[in-house]
Amino acid sequence: MHNFDFVKPSTIAEAVSALSHEGAQALSGGQTLIPTMKQRLAAPGTLVSLTGIAEMQGVCLGDGGLHIGAATPHAVVAREAKAHYPALASLAAGIGDPAVRNRGTIGGSLANNDPAACYPSAVLASGATIVTNTRTIGADDYFQGMFTTALHDGEIITSVVFPIPEKAAYVKFDQPASRFALTGVFVAKYAGGVRVAVTGASQDGVFRWREAEAALTANFSPAAVSGLTVDSRHMIADLHGTPAYRANLVKVLTGRAVAAAS
Amino acid sequence: MTKVSMTVNGRTVSGEAEGRTLLVQFLREGLGLTGTHVGCDTSQCGACVVHVNGQMVKSCTVFAQDVAGADVRTIEGMANADGSLSVLQQAFQDHHGLQCGYCTPGMVMSAAALLKDNPKPTEVEVRHHLEGNICRCTGYHNIVKAVLAASGQDVSKIAAE
Ligand SMILES: Cc1cc2nc3c(=O)[nH]c(=O)nc-3n(C[C@H](O)[C@H](O)[C@H](O)COP(=O)(O)OP(=O)(O)OC[C@H]3O[C@@H](n4cnc5c(N)ncnc54)[C@H](O)[C@@H]3O)c2cc1C
Ligand code: FES
Ligand code: FES
Repeated sequence: MHNFDFVKPSTIAEAVSALSHEGAQALSGGQTLIPTMKQRLAAPGTLVSLTGIAEMQGVCLGDGGLHIGAATPHAVVAREAKAHYPALASLAAGIGDPAVRNRGTIGGSLANNDPAACYPSAVLASGATIVTNTRTIGADDYFQGMFTTALHDGEIITSVVFPIPEKAAYVKFDQPASRFALTGVFVAKYAGGVRVAVTGASQDGVFRWREAEAALTANFSPAAVSGLTVDSRHMIADLHGTPAYRANLVKVLTGRAVAAAS
Repeated sequence: MTKVSMTVNGRTVSGEAEGRTLLVQFLREGLGLTGTHVGCDTSQCGACVVHVNGQMVKSCTVFAQDVAGADVRTIEGMANADGSLSVLQQAFQDHHGLQCGYCTPGMVMSAAALLKDNPKPTEVEVRHHLEGNICRCTGYHNIVKAVLAASGQDVSKIAAE
């Protein structure tokens, strides 16, 4: 790993100012960025740690739903979101392993937007709002393909606001070696309709399965999706599964998520 | 280089760290605490697990400067004050929860974190909790047995496999 300067600000304003310098990059839990730096796929000149900023930590109810500070570790979301949004808490409790959950954060996961990551599906299915140091971004505008988001250079996610659904569930088919989603589906039922978001399947990253949303809005039962088919043309092909296998998983997991929704 | 201080196994320590100095390097190379192992260096295997402010983390995937001031506990801090093995460590020995021993420091630190939150875990809970700890020797069975025994549960009915 190349060496770098390390800074640990205690406010968002100080972090934003440190990140405005050439070659500076944000560090949250480091569970993705540190391995990437070891492989020399990233070599920032300065790392700006976000883990010492109190205003970016924690889970609380507020305007528009459940507010989660971007630097909140997965283990804290698993514990503290349970009473308010159980499906989100159980998603957080299923990420990686306990040590990864104690360091990895929701903001880091969303900024990274790995095509097999769990949180992007919850954000998209909930129609959540990404709050940054300069603006708010709706979930439908935020995700822009594998590892690509609407964030600008030097912009940091400070929190995420999740509208709380009537019912929801996340079902992940684990890739057993990494425990990332081989495919995962998040279903959320709101008064205004049902949203279905799929991770781990498409080459374009997380996406909404609109056909299932329409069918489930009319009839919220696993039977409503059993007659649908999923187009496999843009699905990921790797040693763990073919595009057709993943397309089938999308349908099967959607049915299971509807059955499990509470 | 920056001077970094933290509490390790109850003692205040300090040492020099670069930006890129990992917590595991600070412990092993800086403080000579070589009980914490590096297996994969890619956050997969859990051999490097230590506790930071009471929570298990992979010390190969944390920068030393990011945990300056923290309370760190390593395998060297797990024995009883008189030097005898803790209940959990003794259970690993009694139930043959190790062969080469490479993964053992991480297994003990991970298991200790589980028992602190969940003093009587089920077998399923133990296996689930240890998902991020890889052992290439034991087949896990006796590790799980050792953790259950350390929690005071009867393991006589669990076959040795
Ligand atoms: C063994 C293992 C298993 C895993 N399993 C899963 C899994 O099952 N499901 C899953 O979803 N993930 C999994 N992960 C990934 C894990 O959840 C990471 O924690 C997460 O993807 C990145 O979060 P982080 O806080 O560690 O970010 P970092 O690694 O610190 O940062 C990642 C990227 O985001 C940027 N960044 C960080 N925070 C912000 C912010 N607030 N604003 C703007 N940019 C920011 C950084 O500059 C960097 O580019 C796993 C990781 C490991 C090592
Ligand atoms: S050495 Fe840290 S997880 Fe393997
Ligand atoms: S005892 Fe050898 S790796 Fe676990």
